[in-house]
Amino acid sequence: MRAIVITAQDNVATALEDIPAGATVKLRVGSEEREVQVRAAIPFGHKFALQPIPAGGDIIKYGEVMGEAAAAIEPGEHVHVHNVESRRGRGDLAAKGGER
Amino acid sequence: MEVAGYVRPGGGIGVRNHVLILPTVVCASEVARRIAGVVPGTVAVQHQHGCGQIGADFEQTKRTLVGFGANPNVASVVVVGLGCEKVAAEQVAAEMAARGQKVELVVIQKEGGSRRAVERGVELARRLVQEAARVKTEPVPVSSLILGLECGGSDATSGLAANPALGVASDLLVAEGGTSILSETPEIMGAEHLLARRTVNEGAAERLCEIVARVEEGARRMGVDIRGAQPAPGNIAGGITTIEEKSLGCIHKAGTAPVQGVLEYAEAPRGRGLWVMDTPGHDVESVTGMVAGGAQIVVFTTGRGTPAGCAIAPVIKVTGNSRTFQMMEENIDLNAGTIIEGTESIEKVGRRIFDLMLAVAGGKLTKAELLGHHEFAITRIGPTL
Repeated sequence: MRAIVITAQDNVATALEDIPAGATVKLRVGSEEREVQVRAAIPFGHKFALQPIPAGGDIIKYGEVMGEAAAAIEPGEHVHVHNVESRRGRGDLAAKGGER
Repeated sequence: MEVAGYVRPGGGIGVRNHVLILPTVVCASEVARRIAGVVPGTVAVQHQHGCGQIGADFEQTKRTLVGFGANPNVASVVVVGLGCEKVAAEQVAAEMAARGQKVELVVIQKEGGSRRAVERGVELARRLVQEAARVKTEPVPVSSLILGLECGGSDATSGLAANPALGVASDLLVAEGGTSILSETPEIMGAEHLLARRTVNEGAAERLCEIVARVEEGARRMGVDIRGAQPAPGNIAGGITTIEEKSLGCIHKAGTAPVQGVLEYAEAPRGRGLWVMDTPGHDVESVTGMVAGGAQIVVFTTGRGTPAGCAIAPVIKVTGNSRTFQMMEENIDLNAGTIIEGTESIEKVGRRIFDLMLAVAGGKLTKAELLGHHEFAITRIGPTL
């Protein structure tokens, strides 16, 4: 199984092949070797969490914030549009008076 | 380091030798198409613009048409106008001529209708093709190249493989004294702080943040989540979750060179090195803007595959996704999927892109050229009146 963690600060990994649900993936995070069991099938190019991320917590890839968790995310969970919100370009929030 | 180029009277260096049939208004597009259809060696574009435009929107359309026609990849132009439009054909032709371009003019209302305008255009175009055929290439420095950096139909491999490899190629060109243009402002959103740190002066950093804020303001004004369009549905299917993630992957195309400044849509770089141009994420509008700004060659990375080309500039397609390469090989020039598979380094693929760029500048045709992809689109900043 192959997946990549781009920087040691990242809390998500990107699948470099289709990974079936329940598979254990070996990862290099900085100089460390880690193992994560994925909870759902992760398609090629999609992300899964390396560690627990609380609701509202930063999602970090490329060592940078790429959005926030819309709900608590468990290690090995698929991280995508169903549980991640963008913080930028949110005119919809501004329209509701909820501008950040 | 040298490539073969066409040295133009205005001082520009072209890597192609096109005779362009350019309508200045939507109503002249069909006549332009018909002229190009009967004169081998010419190429026409079509567009929806040139009338009912005012202010900055009008200026931008005019700047784009003039810049596109004056691109050094174009040996000469037949400008086709209707005769009553806002973006006057005479004015576009005069501005191109002032930049040293060889221009002929056909105005449909003055010629007396479609058929006479086509006849006149054909006569002029045939003469221009004959003249263009006499222009020969000569060795020119690689530093005369202006490279447009584009990505579209992105997936997760774009940020991991194709864009970082293109970044290496862009750095190699800049190191040779050449010029690169990073485009697509919405796809800088969320990564502007990283580029702002690389600007050569405070003014450029401020300007960069300003153009991104302008896009965000647009979403606010409409009361919409930018995710209605960014990331696009195909981006999401390919694993890109947010605009921030897309941007962080996109800006890898710009390598590591210092950012010299920010250009308006279709504005020419004010010096060598890496520039940012304010263009939309719409690929064809973005490529048109960079080529109108003087880019003679474009490298276009794509995760999911796209056929889009440009009428006057070679567009080299690179994918970081080997499945896409297998599916759409007829459209894709180079597979950077070897990076994902671990068989080639980003550095090595970057050098391959640079070498291919030089070969294409020297005359090798891209897949988009072989397939006759002549996409053209001008971005709008105001309503049609």
